[in-house]
Amino acid sequence: MPFSLLKYGLNKDYPFEKNADLPVPSELKSSYDVVIIGGGGHGVATAYYLAKYHGITNVAILEKGYLGGGNTARNTAVIRSNYLTSEGVKFYSESVKLFKELSNEFDFNIMYSERGQLTLAHTDATVRSFRQRTEVNKHFGGRTELIGPAEIKELVPTLNMNPAHMPVLAGLWHMDGATARHDAVAWGYAKGATQRGVELHQLTEVTDVIVENGKVTGVKTNRGTIQCGCAVQAVAGHSSLVAAKAGFRMPITTYPLQAMVTQPVKPFLDQMVSSSALHCYVQQTGRGEIVFGGGSDPYPLYNTRSTLDLKEGLLAHAIEMFPFMANLRLMRQWTGITDMTSDYSPIMGLSPVDNYYLDAGWGTWGFKATPICGKTMAELVASGGKVPELIKPFAMDRFNVFRQVNEMGATAASH
Amino acid sequence: MKIMNCPLNGPRNISEFVHGGEVSQMPDPNSCSDMEWADYVFYSDNAIGIVTEWWLHAPSGYWFIAERHTASDEIIRTFDASEIFNQRYEFPIKAEEAVV
Ligand SMILES: Cc1cc2nc3c(=O)[nH]c(=O)nc-3n(C[C@H](O)[C@H](O)[C@H](O)COP(=O)(O)OP(=O)(O)OC[C@H]3O[C@@H](n4cnc5c(N)ncnc54)[C@H](O)[C@@H]3O)c2cc1C
Repeated sequence: MPFSLLKYGLNKDYPFEKNADLPVPSELKSSYDVVIIGGGGHGVATAYYLAKYHGITNVAILEKGYLGGGNTARNTAVIRSNYLTSEGVKFYSESVKLFKELSNEFDFNIMYSERGQLTLAHTDATVRSFRQRTEVNKHFGGRTELIGPAEIKELVPTLNMNPAHMPVLAGLWHMDGATARHDAVAWGYAKGATQRGVELHQLTEVTDVIVENGKVTGVKTNRGTIQCGCAVQAVAGHSSLVAAKAGFRMPITTYPLQAMVTQPVKPFLDQMVSSSALHCYVQQTGRGEIVFGGGSDPYPLYNTRSTLDLKEGLLAHAIEMFPFMANLRLMRQWTGITDMTSDYSPIMGLSPVDNYYLDAGWGTWGFKATPICGKTMAELVASGGKVPELIKPFAMDRFNVFRQVNEMGATAASH
Repeated sequence: MKIMNCPLNGPRNISEFVHGGEVSQMPDPNSCSDMEWADYVFYSDNAIGIVTEWWLHAPSGYWFIAERHTASDEIIRTFDASEIFNQRYEFPIKAEEAVV
């Protein structure tokens, strides 16, 4: 109806403004109790749990681009807990539990889909390490089995059991393996946080961190300076750069990680399938596209360019696994820059600067940890710096005392 | 494929090279603190800009140094490590630790 449309358009309370899921605050206040640097999944989840469980709402999330536009928007959305170390498995299992409830909690569908993840072993050494991962995972309540070629064939009939002349000897079948819509996770948390009073400021870049007497007191941004009681740094690939502004170095190197997707085809692959030797993982999205991912780029770089070398290498392996895919066309390729640690475990907790908390070193594996990171970082902030048990092993100073958490179940190590 | 100029072998495909980390000053392993040693081994600037770093030409086993921009990926210069490291470093072994 043209007339009612006109009336609607001229209405002062434009419905989108009034019922906006994400209120857009216009001005920065001069001071907040908590400033969160980085509006990715981890930053907004921290804000959400601060508001929800601890009643702390005088919080600003400062995001230099747009909400969830960093690695949160770029990951391949694999959620799993079948890692190798007990520290890792304990932590990721908690995250999987939280993920299962998120759609209900947000009253917003994050499209959590439990399809199972199958990792293929092509050598005896890998089979042995899978045995260990199976037991560790079961011990912490996860659902993981070691299965043989016959069961694999039954589970994924389209899989080539002899890819690149490396016969499939066994599979790590992780029934809890799932995917979720990554953007929706960021939106759900942001919506829940802002509804409780948290301010989300996009296009707001932290350009300097103000430290007085060893303690953070504020941050400078492209929109002015603000004071804060404490700050949380959750900037993924930019971790070393922001830490440098706060005056310290980190045991992190930034590498690009690329992924790609084909045109959509009929559903044929329910599970996520990855090969430890081919450094390649394959999954089909709900829309029918096939997503490919693999290892990090071979050398460090702050650049989201895509390379032909990676496409060729990764696709050659993917086609070995599923030969018929050779006929498909690639539709998109993209890159995120990831904050890699040398032990493939994150860096969470305290920093050399008082009241300045770290959530970093998330590399190629941090999407699945979004809920538990938010929850534990919120506990850390609310308690004024008492590090929760679950994240104690991930303290940055583990490197100073040579006590790394060697997570060889990580994606970059295999996936 | 991206090309890197190896000071020993001339221009080669980047896939023949392995990145070896930032060039930094090694503290004296006998007198430095654990923290200083950890800083040397694990921590880095990981900055955006022109960085001096170790590279290996894998097929010939030759280590050299490159200056590269970590955002544009432009390789500014590659040179033999002797330009910076012109003395052999002998790790002093304490008498009681020496295995005979
Ligand atoms: C291709 C790819 C595939 C992946 N696949 C998986 C997977 O399958 N499963 C999995 O678990 N993980 C995966 N990951 C890793 C995962 O995406 C990340 O670990 C996770 O998203 C990190 O979340 P975050 O909120 O910490 O970071 P981000 O989402 O990157 O958020 C950080 C934000 O900080 C902002 N920022 C940076 N500097 C500043 C500043 N100075 N001021 C203000 N804001 C700033 C950035 O703009 C960014 O939005 C993948 C990553 C990539 C790139």
